[in-house]
Amino acid sequence: MWGGNTTLRAVDGVSFSLAAGRTLAVVGESGCGKSTLARMVALIDPPTSGSLKFSGREAANAKGGDLRGFRRLVQMVFQDPYGSLNPRHKVGSILMEPLAINTALTQDEREHAARSMMGRVGLRQEHFIRYPNMFSGGQRQRIAIARALMLKPRIVVADEPVSALDLSIQAQVLNLLLDLQESFKLAYLFIAHDLAVVRHIAHDVLVMYLGRVVEYGLKEAIFEAPRHPYSMALLSATPTTDPASRNHRVVLSGEPPSPLDPPAGCAFHTRCPHATDLCKAERPAPRYVDGRLVACHHAERLG
Amino acid sequence: MTLLDIDNLTVRFPSPRGTYRAVDGLSLSVDEGDVVGIVGESGAGKSVSMLAVMGLVRWPGEVQADTLEFAGQDLKSLSNRKRRALSGKDIAMVFQEPTASLNPCFSIGFQLTETIAAHERGTAAGRRARAIELLGRVGIAAPESRLSSFPHQLSGGMNQRVMIAMAIACRPRLLIADEPTSALDVTIQAQILDLLLELRREEGMAVILITHNMAVVAETTQRVIVMYAGQAVEESPADLILSQPRHPYTAALLAALPERAWGQRRLQAIPGLVPGALDRPEGCLFNPRCTLAGERCRRQAPPELEADDGRVRCHTPLIGMRP
Repeated sequence: MWGGNTTLRAVDGVSFSLAAGRTLAVVGESGCGKSTLARMVALIDPPTSGSLKFSGREAANAKGGDLRGFRRLVQMVFQDPYGSLNPRHKVGSILMEPLAINTALTQDEREHAARSMMGRVGLRQEHFIRYPNMFSGGQRQRIAIARALMLKPRIVVADEPVSALDLSIQAQVLNLLLDLQESFKLAYLFIAHDLAVVRHIAHDVLVMYLGRVVEYGLKEAIFEAPRHPYSMALLSATPTTDPASRNHRVVLSGEPPSPLDPPAGCAFHTRCPHATDLCKAERPAPRYVDGRLVACHHAERLG
Repeated sequence: MTLLDIDNLTVRFPSPRGTYRAVDGLSLSVDEGDVVGIVGESGAGKSVSMLAVMGLVRWPGEVQADTLEFAGQDLKSLSNRKRRALSGKDIAMVFQEPTASLNPCFSIGFQLTETIAAHERGTAAGRRARAIELLGRVGIAAPESRLSSFPHQLSGGMNQRVMIAMAIACRPRLLIADEPTSALDVTIQAQILDLLLELRREEGMAVILITHNMAVVAETTQRVIVMYAGQAVEESPADLILSQPRHPYTAALLAALPERAWGQRRLQAIPGLVPGALDRPEGCLFNPRCTLAGERCRRQAPPELEADDGRVRCHTPLIGMRP
C-alpha cells in the first residue's frame, strides 16, 4: 500500500524447550515479538519456517485433524479478561463450548466437567448461570483459566495473565496458576513484562529484543548475574520496594529500533553502553556462557 | 510553604440506587517542591480526588471540602473563569494513556503551542520557539523536526514526553501525574520517572504521583498516602511505609508483592474484593478483608489517628509489624 513491500521479522530464530510442570517466562519490551511467539506456540499463527514439536511430534505445519489434535494440547489465557470472554454467553456455556467442539461428551457430562472445573479455580456453583459482566477482573481471569483447562491441555500459554489485575488480586491469580500447575503437571509459557512476577513464577527465562533471543537460561542465573547488557538494563530499570537491592540503574537512552529495519550486527548495539565496532558489524550468535545461552560478543567480559 | 491544602474532601456521585462516595474525607497538604505519592487499587478514589483538585469532576458529581486551597486561594469560591486560568497553568496534570490524551487530528506542535497560547501572551514565533525548547527539555531528539509529527507517528514513551512538555509548558507549581508510566515499558518508565524528578529539581515544582505500583512510589516519592475505597487509610514517609506499615491494608499490600515472597512459593493474597459502589461495609471499610479485624472494626468507623510523621485510620494500628 505504501510503496514497496518489506518483511517484518517479528520473531527471528528463537529456540527453546519446555518440560511438563515447568514455567518458561518470556520477557522483553513491547514489540519484541513475545506475543507473536506465544501465538505461534498456541498454533494460532503458523511460523514462516522452523520446527515446533509437541512430545516429539512436528506441529508447525499440521493441518486438519492433526492440527485439532495438537490444539487440545495447548491452550491460551489472554491479558484482558474483559475482552477475551464473550459477554453474551453465560459462564457455563463459555466453559462447555470447548468440550462441545472437541469431544463427544453428552450435555450432562459437559456440565459436570464444567462445574467441577469451576470448583478447581475458585468459582462458586451459582456462577454457572451468570454473565461475564457480573464479575470483577480477577474472577473473569479465573473463568478464562478454567476455559483454557477444560480440554486438559499439557501446555498453557499465558500472555500477560495478571498485568491487568490489581495487586491484591494479582497474588490470588498467581497462586491459582501455581496450584493448577502442580495438580495438572502443566507446562506454562508465561509472557510478562513485570520482572517481579517472572522471578516469582518462572523456572526458566528467555529475554527477547527485537524478535531475537538475547539471553536464555535458568531464572536464578539470569536474575542473579545477567550476562547480556539488555538483560542488565531491564533488571536495573525495574523498580523495587527493597532499598537494599536498589543498585545502580542503567538507564537506556532512546527506544527500540523499528523491527522493519533492524540495525546491522547486534540489534541492541544502538542502545548498548558497551557496544564496539564488532557489535555494529557482526550479529552475535547465541552461545553458552556461565551456564546460560547469551547472544553477545562481550558476554565473558560483562557481568 | 503549603501549596495545596485539602481538608475533608468528599466527592459523591448520586444515582437512583444510592449515593456513591468516590472520595470520602480525604485530607492532604503538599508543600512546594514535595513529591507525594498516592497509591491504591482501582476504585480507591486516587484519580477522582485529583480531578476534583483540577476542577474536572463533572455533573452529577458533587465536590465538597472543608478546605480546598491552592497557594492560599480558595478553589471552591473561585469563578469558573479564574479556575480555568489556574488549571493548566499553575496546576497541570499528566494522564495515564498518552496516546488517548492527545488529539489524533492535530500535530503535536499545534497542541503544544495551543496550550501556551491559552495561558500566555506572545507571538506565534515565540510560542514555536518555546515548544521546541520544551520538546528538547523532555528529551526528544531533533525537536524542531518533531513539531509537525502527529501522535500516531510517535511511540507511547514519546507521546508521554509530549504530554509532560505540555504540562510543564506554563511552568506549573504543582504537577499531578496520574499513572504516567503504567502504559509504558520498564526501560521507558525509568526514563520518564527520572525526567519528572529532574524537572522537579530544576523547575522547583511539587509533584503528586498517582500509581498502583508500590515500587514506583518507593523509588520516587518522599511521602505516601495509601487509599482504600475512597479513604486515605495511611500517610507516612516513603521509607517508613515500606519497613513499618501501620495500617493492616498497607501491610497486606506489601506482603502480596511477588518480590516480597521471600522464597515462598505461595503469595500472601488478600482475600475478597475491594468494596464496590453500593456495598460498602459498616464500620472500617477494610474489615471484611482484614485478618486483624475485631468486633469494634465491624461496628464503628475508625478515627484518623495522628502521629508526628503521619496518620493512620485504624482501631488497632500496627507497631513494628504487630498490632
